[in-house]
This record gives sequence, C-alpha cells and structure tokens, in this order.
Amino acid sequence: MTNIVVLVKQVPDTYSERKLSDDDYTLDRESADAVLDEINEKAVEEALKIKEAGEGEVTVISVGPDRATDAIRKALSMGADKAIHVSDEALRGSDAVATAKVLAAAVGKVEGVDLVIAGNEASDGRAGAVPAMLAELLGVPQLTQVRSLTVEGGTIKADRETDDGLTHLEASLPALVSVTEKINEPRYPSFKGIMAAKKKPVETLTIGDLGVDAGAVGLGNALSTVVEAAPKPPRTAGERVEDEGDGGSKIAEYLVGQKII
Amino acid sequence: MAEVLVLVDHLNGELKKTTFEALTAARELGEPSAVVVGAPGTAGKFKEQLGSYGAAKVYVAESEDAANYLVTPKVDALAKLVEQASPAAVIVTASAEGKEVSGRLAIRVGGGLVYDAVGVNSDGTVEQSVFGGAYSVKSKAKGLPIISVRPGAVEAAQAEGAAAEESVELPAVDAAKAAKITGVEPVVGGDRPELTEATIVVSGGRGVGSAEKFEVVEKLADSLGAAVGASRAAVDSGYYPAQFQVGQTGKTVSPQLYVALGISGAIQHRAGMQTSKTIVAVNKDPEAPIFEIADFGVVGDLFNVAPQLTDEVTKRKS
Repeated sequence: MTNIVVLVKQVPDTYSERKLSDDDYTLDRESADAVLDEINEKAVEEALKIKEAGEGEVTVISVGPDRATDAIRKALSMGADKAIHVSDEALRGSDAVATAKVLAAAVGKVEGVDLVIAGNEASDGRAGAVPAMLAELLGVPQLTQVRSLTVEGGTIKADRETDDGLTHLEASLPALVSVTEKINEPRYPSFKGIMAAKKKPVETLTIGDLGVDAGAVGLGNALSTVVEAAPKPPRTAGERVEDEGDGGSKIAEYLVGQKII
Repeated sequence: MAEVLVLVDHLNGELKKTTFEALTAARELGEPSAVVVGAPGTAGKFKEQLGSYGAAKVYVAESEDAANYLVTPKVDALAKLVEQASPAAVIVTASAEGKEVSGRLAIRVGGGLVYDAVGVNSDGTVEQSVFGGAYSVKSKAKGLPIISVRPGAVEAAQAEGAAAEESVELPAVDAAKAAKITGVEPVVGGDRPELTEATIVVSGGRGVGSAEKFEVVEKLADSLGAAVGASRAAVDSGYYPAQFQVGQTGKTVSPQLYVALGISGAIQHRAGMQTSKTIVAVNKDPEAPIFEIADFGVVGDLFNVAPQLTDEVTKRKS
C-alpha cells in the first residue's frame, strides 16, 4: 500500500495575458483564465500509475483561493481518491517560504505518507524551489526534476534531468518527488471519472486548522516582497523587408550595423 | 566590507561561466567569498580563476558525500557558513539545482528568498523579470537575502581578489533525508554553447517542416557560434529534442541576438525569448506575430534567407 500525496496548483493559463495587480503587485488572478497547471496533471498521472501498479491511495492537496476547486476536481476526475484544499484569505500574497510551510502542514494532515509528488515548477511563479523546500521541511529525501521513477518496496529510484544532464538517484521512502514534462502523458478524465469525482471527499481547511500562525504567512509577512513593478514597454516592431532574393544579405547588413557580427 | 557568499557552480571539474556572473553580482553588495562544495580535490584548480573575479576568500567544503548526494551537501555548507560568517547575502545561480539550494537554505536559516534575479543593486534591491519578460519587478528581501541570479543576465567582469583558502567541515549526510547519486550522464551537447548561456540563439519553428531540414537552422547557428533552439510547435512535431525548447514551458533565454526562423511567435514562445537584446525574424507569413517584436524582420522563405545569411556570416569571418 503506497500512500501518495500530489500537490496541485491553479495557475493563469500561459496562453492568456497575465498581469500583476496595480495595488500590491500580487498576481491578478482575475485577469487570466485559470487552469490546472499542465505539469500537475503529470504529477497526478504518475501517482495514479504507482497506485495502479500495486495498492495505494492518492490524496490531492492544493493551496489557493476558492477557484482552486476546479484544479482539485480535475485531479479527482483523473482518478485521485480524495483532496485537501487549504483556502484562507490570510494566505494572499504569501511567498515561497510560507507556501512551503503551509504545504508541509497540510501533508502532515495525511497519515503515513510514503510519497509526495509535485510538478517541478509552476508556470506562473517559476520559483522552482517549493518542492525542495518542502523536502527540507518534511525531512525526507528530495528527488526532484525527474523524468522517470520506480518504487520498489521501500526504495525509490529516479532519473533527474537538468541542463547538466541525467543524474540517477536512489533514496528510501518516505520521499518527495518533482516531475518534469517528460515523465508521462496524462490521461483524460473519463465521463465516469468526472461523475465519480463529484462524490469524492474534499476537505477544506484554513491555516488555523493546520496550526499555522497567520503571522507567518501572507503578503505582509513575506520575507521577500516586491517594491516596484511595471509592465515592460512592449517591444515595437523594427524594420521589415520582403525577401527579394537578398533577405539573408540584408540581415547580415543589419547585424553588421548593430555591431553584432 | 561585508562578506557575500557565492555558491560555485561547477560541472565535471570545470567552473561554469555562471560562477563569474554570480561573483560579479555579489560585488554590488560586498566582498565575495566563493564556496566550493564537491569531491576532494575540486577547489584547488578553481582558486586562481575565482580570485580573478574578485573572490576574497574561497571556502572549501569537500568530501566524498558532497559529490554523492543531491543538493543537501551544498545547503549544509552554506548554512554552516551563514552561521559562522554572518554574510550580507548569499548568491547562487538560478539553475534547477541553484534554485533548490537557495530555497532549502531560506527554510533552514530563515532568510528572504529572491529568485531568478536579472540584476542586483548596491542598495540591496534585486531586479526580476516575470511572466516571460512582460513585467519588470524590483524586490527586496527582509533579513538575509538569498538570491539566485539568472544565467546570462549579469555580465561577468573581472576584479582582483585574494582567494584565500579556508576549509569547511561538512556534517555527515543522513541517508534517510537525502537522495544518493548513483550515476551521472552529462549532456553530450557537442560544440555548441549551452542554450541559456549562449550569446546568440538561432531557433526554428513549425516552418522548418521536418527534423532533417533543421540542418538549415543548425548551419546558421554554427556560423554564428550560436546555440540552437526550437519552438514548442517544432518540438511537438518531433523536429527537434525537447531540451532545446524555448518558451513558457521550455527554456527562458535572453541572448544578445535571437534569430527566429519559421516561428510564428505565439505568446507561449515569446515568453521565453522576448527579453533578448536584438530579435531577427524570418517568416513566410507577413502577419506572423513574431514581426511585432522583431527588430529586423524578413518576410520570405527561410530556406532561401537562412543559407544566404550563413554564407554572408562565414564570408565575413574569413
């Protein structure tokens, strides 16, 4: 029996325009379509594969405003068993450290966790550090940025892929994993899955329920804050020419003019 | 002057260029101390180079375990030095590993994490560029700033440093809390520069049409000494391997010159390259959105334009 927790996050769709709000520079969550971050679907898929290979239970955890429910439902309709949704006004504007602490507390609510699976990096914040921070807080081995993994008995083996190449990793359970885009192709929820998801238990918790101090989270308590933010002036189109058999030479001339070549 | 810890980025016994960028950024805040974590015998050959980019001290944290466990030995070394040296800041490279090291360090020592900085200012504020360059953001950390610096964002500049060696004893690794490295397979990238570190990037998109025809992109890249990139459409169509993908779900690059061949320029792609200093685009479609952000655009067939440009570049070099 492998007890797996998957972390999911609702993010603004990368295909829509994303903005920071004018007053406090937090993410303007209303400005963009929200979706279950693509990488999370892969994290859910990997958890389901491990569960299906033996026995297990998959719990989805999401920290975010009420509309994170959609991301949770998607994960449940793929086949996860239950969910914990941490939603609290006090969390607004929390930094990565506070987010990791809240996630650690939420993971603590699930008994006997063998494996925590997350996406390697959310497409909005791109901090790419929350899984590692969570491993630090939970005191478990960190197998992050992995493109393949196997669990056998109490041992987990994984291939980590970064710009430096492949690193083969091995650790004992319990452990934390973050997966990259290459890990798998996530399944589509079936109609049956979508219907079943509506009946699956979703526990909604506040940070008080988790025993996290409100003074440790939120924008006002962040250890790093944005002091200025401005949309960059949009790039403007420069010169454009039609290729009349000399397009390549014209680029070369331009690059020479710019002292690039 | 206050000490600033800089984690040395190295691979296969070689220093990475990003180390010099981090040392340069650190000099805005104080006197850089390079921290080398690795197998015994790693730091010795780095010392001189670290000194030439201003490292006043070189902390040497070497052990067999340091090379055999993922991320945690580096966190151990930095945490110990934070306690010992009370630095003004800690700077790492914003690589996959660097971000993880900085995140764990922030949890352990309680510092303020600022990630993926594109600039570090002497007043302690840090410049960031978010949402694929759509926003410029200035951040400040409370407490000890732990900053990761985006590769290629800071121009490395030499400065004199004493590079005085000091050894650091690493705590024993708790195997129940760490992942053991059982093997490594370095990237066989050939002679081309690494995508995120390259000064010039030449990318191909759906318009290239096939994996075989990507040769036209590679040839131009090689004439310019550039890295090769690909759009998501090209990767999804199987024209080029995923590790070369530039865009929101791939790499973010900000080279001096970005050449887009047969790339339409969807938001997805622009998010990964629009902070490039100069953008040149070639596309058959005059309506392609890439032209809206290109400094120089050619409406035409990339199979005519790119080879001609390759020849021109080669001619000028000889």
